[in-house]
Amino acid sequence: MSVWGFPTLAGSLVLAPLFLGIVNRTKAAFGGRSGQPLLQVYFDLAKLIRKGAVYSRTSTWVFSAAPAASLAAALSALLLLPLAGFPAVLSFPGDLLLFTFVLATSRFLTIVAALDVGSSLEGMGASREAAFSALAEPVLLLGLAVAAREAGRDSLAGIIGNVTAADWQRAGPAFVLVAASLFAILLAENARIPVDDPNTHLELTMIHEVMILDHSGPDLALLLCGSVLKLWVMAALLAGLLLPGRTGFPVLDGLMFLAGMFALAVAIGIVESTIARLRLDRVPQFLVGAGAFAVMALALIMR
Amino acid sequence: MVILAASGIAAWAAGGWRLKTWIGASGAVLGCAVGIAASVPALLGGASPSLRLPWDLPLASFSVAIDSLSSFFLLPVFGISALAAIYGAGYDRPSPEHPRPSGFSWLWFNLLVASMAMVLVSRNGILFLMAWELMTIASYFLVTTHDERPQVRRAGRIYLIAAHAGTACLLVLFLLLGAHESLDFDRFSAAGPGAAAGAGTIFILAIVGFGVKAGFIPLHVWLPEAHPAAPSPVSAVMSGVMIKLGIYGLVRTISFLGEPPLWWGWVLLVIGLVSGVLGVLYALAQHELKRLLAFSSVENVGLIAMGLGLGLIGMARHSPLLLALGLGAALLHVMNHAIFKALLFLGAGSVIRSANTGEIEHLGALLKRMPMTGATFLVGAVAVSGLPPLNGFVSEFLLLLGAFAAVGTDKLPVGIAGVAVIAGVALTGGLAVACFARVFGIVFLGAPRTEAAGSASEANALMRAPMLVLAAACVVIGLASPWLLPILARVLPVVTTLPPDVPAPDLVSVRPALLGTSILGGVFLALLFLIHGWRSLLLRRRSVRDAVTWDCGYARPTPRMQYTASSFAQPILGLFAPMLGTKVSSVKPLGIFPPRASLETATPDSFRERVFRPIFVEIDRFLASVRRIQEGRVQVYVLYIALTLLALLAYQFVRNP
Repeated sequence: MSVWGFPTLAGSLVLAPLFLGIVNRTKAAFGGRSGQPLLQVYFDLAKLIRKGAVYSRTSTWVFSAAPAASLAAALSALLLLPLAGFPAVLSFPGDLLLFTFVLATSRFLTIVAALDVGSSLEGMGASREAAFSALAEPVLLLGLAVAAREAGRDSLAGIIGNVTAADWQRAGPAFVLVAASLFAILLAENARIPVDDPNTHLELTMIHEVMILDHSGPDLALLLCGSVLKLWVMAALLAGLLLPGRTGFPVLDGLMFLAGMFALAVAIGIVESTIARLRLDRVPQFLVGAGAFAVMALALIMR
Repeated sequence: MVILAASGIAAWAAGGWRLKTWIGASGAVLGCAVGIAASVPALLGGASPSLRLPWDLPLASFSVAIDSLSSFFLLPVFGISALAAIYGAGYDRPSPEHPRPSGFSWLWFNLLVASMAMVLVSRNGILFLMAWELMTIASYFLVTTHDERPQVRRAGRIYLIAAHAGTACLLVLFLLLGAHESLDFDRFSAAGPGAAAGAGTIFILAIVGFGVKAGFIPLHVWLPEAHPAAPSPVSAVMSGVMIKLGIYGLVRTISFLGEPPLWWGWVLLVIGLVSGVLGVLYALAQHELKRLLAFSSVENVGLIAMGLGLGLIGMARHSPLLLALGLGAALLHVMNHAIFKALLFLGAGSVIRSANTGEIEHLGALLKRMPMTGATFLVGAVAVSGLPPLNGFVSEFLLLLGAFAAVGTDKLPVGIAGVAVIAGVALTGGLAVACFARVFGIVFLGAPRTEAAGSASEANALMRAPMLVLAAACVVIGLASPWLLPILARVLPVVTTLPPDVPAPDLVSVRPALLGTSILGGVFLALLFLIHGWRSLLLRRRSVRDAVTWDCGYARPTPRMQYTASSFAQPILGLFAPMLGTKVSSVKPLGIFPPRASLETATPDSFRERVFRPIFVEIDRFLASVRRIQEGRVQVYVLYIALTLLALLAYQFVRNP
C-alpha cells in the first residue's frame, strides 16, 4: 500500500475523459470537421448524472448492478497501475493477473445485464462481446507474460517503467511485437475501430454500444465513466511498458508519461480514421493475429 | 461411516416417505458431521489416526488411515454430501406440482457417501478396490433412479461400462504396484523408486483408470449422460465430489512412484489443455442445463490436470516453486470446483423441479420468481468462470502464477509449458465467461419464454439453505485465501518426492500475492456497493420510470423476440466448428410470407460418436461370434469343462514331463 499512488489516481480520474476527447478530436481533424469540444466527455457525464432514469419492465437488479461493477472494476484496475513514475496504490506479485481478471468480472456483469432486458439487439451485442473477449484475454495475458519475463518479476510494479535503453537494444523486436499486439487488444477491448464502432448506435454491426442501449441517466454515466477509465488504464499500461524507466525527476517523469498518453490518444484517433471497420467474421482473425505477435515475441525472448 | 450405512439401511426398511426421508437425511448429516470432526485434525497438523486389522483375504488387510491428503479430500466429501442430503430432503418432499416423492434412494445415497469416505481412507489395494466398486454401484443405482425413462437406462449402462473399463485398469495397476508381495499402501511407497522400471506403465494405467472417473477427455463420455439422468442432489455429489476421487487416486498413485520423468507432466498438461478447452466448448454448445454443467465439469477437471501437469514438470525439473504452485492450484481447484459445481447443480435442480424443464431455451426471467436460487446461481456462475473476487479465481490465479514462474525460467521445455498453460487457462476462462453469462442470462433474466417458466416458484427452505451456504463458501474462500494457504501447504509433502538437496516446496511464500488478491477483491466489492448506493441516492428524488424494452421503436416486443441461447453461442461455436461437429438442420424461410421456418442444432459428443461407438460396435460383432459356443445344452457345457481339463493336463504334461 502506497500513499504516493493517490495523487496519480486523482490525476487519472480527472484526465481520463480528456483522453477520449483527444481521440475524438483527432478523428474529427482527419474527417475535416472541427469536431466536438475537447471537454465534451465531461459535459456528457455531468448531464447524464443529473438526469432521471427509465428502466425496462423486464429488467432486474442485475441490470443496475452492472454499471456500478463496470466503474468499480476500472477503479480497482487503476489502483494496481503504477503511473508516471509513481508507485501504485496496491502492489503485490501477480497483480497483473488481477488487473486482467477484475476487468473480466465487470464484462461478465455487463453481458448478463444486456441479456436482462430481453432485447435481441442487446443479446446480439452481448454474444459478440463474449466471443471476442474470450479471444482477447489469452493475447493480453501472453503479452504481459513477455513483459514479466523481461522484467524478471510478475508484478506491474516490476514491469512498468523499468524498461531501459539497453533492454530495447537487446530485445527490441520482441518489444515491438508485444506493443503491436497489446495495441490491437487495446482497440478491441475498448470498442474501437477496427473491431467495433463507438459512433454507431443503431447498426447491426456494433458490440459495446448496443449492449448498453437500455441504460439511462446515472447508470449510463457510470458505464461511460467505466469505459473511459478502462481506455485510460489500458493505454497507461501500454505507455508504461514502452517508455523508458524513471529519470529521477518526478516532474520529468510526469511530463513524459503525459506526452506518451497524448501520443497514444492521437495514434488511436489516426487508426480509427484511416482503417475501415472489419467485417465481423474477420475480427477473430485480427485477434488471433495479435496473439501470433505475442507468441512470436515470447519465442524471440525465450530462445 | 457406520452411521451412514446404518441409517441408509434403516431408511430403506422404514415405511412411508416421510420417515424414510427423515432417517436417511438426518443419518447422512450426522455421519458427515462425525466424519468432518474426525478428518479435520489431520489437516490442521495433528496426528493422523490409523487402524490396521488382519483380514483373511489374500493380499488384503483392513488398513485405514487419515493423512492430510485424505483429509483434504474428505472435507468436500462430507461437506457437500451433508448439504446435498439436506437439499435432497427438500427435493424429495411432495409439493402441489409434485404430489409423489421422487423415490430418491437414501440407501444408495448414504452408501455412496460411506464408500467415498472409505476410498479416501483405505490403505490397502483390495480394500481400496472394494470401496471403489461399491462407490460405482451405489452411484449407478442413484443415476438410474428414474429408470422408467429409456434415456436414463441408457445413461446408466454407459456409466457402468465406462466405470468398469476404468476399474479393469486399476486392477492391473494394483497388481503391478503390489509385485512386492503386499498390497498395503505403505509398502508401495517404501518400494518407491525401486518400482521405477514399470513406473511409466503404472502411470499410464493410473491416467486411464482414474481418468475415466475424473472425466479426462476422451474418457469423459459417461459424464454428460449420467449427470443429467441422476436426481439433482446426486448430480451435485457426483460432479462435485465423486469425480474428484479420480484425481485423488491419480495423486495418490503419483505419490507412490517417486520422482517423475518430464513426460508425465506433459501428458497431464496436454490432457488438461484438451479437456479444458473442449469441455467448455461442448458446454457452450449444450441446450440442457445439467448436461451443460456436466461438460463444464470436464473443463474444470482439465484445469486441475493442467495444475497437476505443471506440478509434475516442476517435480521433474526440481523447481519447488513450480511444484508448489501447480499442485497447490490443482488441489485448491478440487475444493473450489466441489463447492461451486454443487451449488450450480442444486440451483439447476431447483429450476428443473419448479419449471419442469431443463431446456435453456424454454426458461427465462426466473430471477424474479426464484430470487434466492437466482442470486446464488449467479454467485456460482461467476465463481465457475474463474473471476475475482470469488473462489474459482483463487485457484486459477495460483495456476497462472505458476505458469508465469515457468515462463520466467531458463529451461526451454518448462517455459513452453508455461506459455501453454497461460494460453489454455485464459482461453478456457474467457469461454467459461461466455458460457455461464449465457446460462444465467437466458435462464434467469429476460422475459419468460414458456408458460412453465412464467409460473415457476421458489424452492422450499430445505433446498434454499444449502445453496446459500455454498454461495457463502464461494465468497469466503475467495476473500480468505491467504489464511487457508497453510492448510493447503500441509497437503503437499504427502505427494511430493524431491531429492534431499532441493528445498521443500514452499507454498506459503505466495501468501503476499493472495493477500493482495483478497484485498483487491474486497476493495472491488466495497466500491461496487458504494457506487451502487450512490446511484440509488441520486435517483431517489428523480423521475424513475418503467417502460418497455427499447427495440428501436418497436413497441410490442414478445418473449419470442429475445435473443436465444443458441444464437448467443453461435459466434464462438462457428469459430471452433471443425472441432465440435455441430449438426444443423434448418428449414429456411422462403417467399414473401414464409409459411414455416425452423432451426435445429445438436452437438453430440464427437468422442462418443466417432471413437467409442465404432469400437463398441466391433466388440459387439466379435462377441456375437463368441456367443455361438453358448447354446444352452448342459451336455455341451460338460464337454467344454472336460476339454478344458484335458487341455490343462496336456499343458502340465508338456511343461513338466
